[in-house]
Amino acid sequence: MAEAALPELAAVPWRGRVDARYLQRRGWLWTLQTVAFVVPFTAAGILLIALEPLALPVALASFAHGWVIPELHAFRGSNTIRPPRGPRNERAEPIAQGLLGDLLGHEPRELQRESGLAMERGTLGVWLLGEAGAVLVTGGGKRVHCFCVGTADHDLPPSDRIAHLLLALRTDEEGFATVANHAFSGAPWRLRRRIRKEQRPALRRAVREAR
Amino acid sequence: MSKLIRMDHTGHSTLAEWTEDNPEACEAAIREFRRELDEGCIGMVSDGPGKATQVRELPLDADLVILRRPIAGG
Repeated sequence: MAEAALPELAAVPWRGRVDARYLQRRGWLWTLQTVAFVVPFTAAGILLIALEPLALPVALASFAHGWVIPELHAFRGSNTIRPPRGPRNERAEPIAQGLLGDLLGHEPRELQRESGLAMERGTLGVWLLGEAGAVLVTGGGKRVHCFCVGTADHDLPPSDRIAHLLLALRTDEEGFATVANHAFSGAPWRLRRRIRKEQRPALRRAVREAR
Repeated sequence: MSKLIRMDHTGHSTLAEWTEDNPEACEAAIREFRRELDEGCIGMVSDGPGKATQVRELPLDADLVILRRPIAGG
């Protein structure tokens, strides 16, 4: 007996199923929120300088607010694919990587070994799966959505954690996006600056694939 | 030879191996599969690139059945 829907959906019955339209709306809300931070703080800074040039330090503080808050949001997004802190089960990693490698194709396997992220093309876009989160590239490569999602078994080696996410994603992509917690949405360049250096080629590749 | 494996702290453990013409091995694999499901594992069969299926009964004709733990939003 086979089932199409992700069983984990039973744990979040209050959530509507995530689809492409939901993600598009969510993306617009994130853009609106970013504009709502950047525009008032920047306008206030300009106005202060115009009214009283001696208020330059206060104006600079206002500009900084308008810059820092969206940066913190992007940082939160980058945290979703950052390997978790603390002890990792590296001993079993070669075995786990073998299984994950069998599940992935040749190119995604190489990319995962270099970046720690598994790339998977879905119907919603191109996914990058980390140990405790995922990034979805949509909109022809113009937008990323970051999700916090993972298994609670902390003894698993890193590649097994990714394999858990990969199998769940392949079972029910929209269900996977529903179970995961949405953490950030924005332009890929905002995320690229915040992720680890070895992860950047994977994001570049996913953006290219999404075009 | 078909295999039932569970992803765990060792990378993965082989819980059962069977061939369809060996009823005893099949029964042992089914028992093991049900026991793991009762403990909260989820049975999966990889259907090639980009596709996987959740199974609630052991598909004896599958080459590889993988048991995983549930995932949740972090």
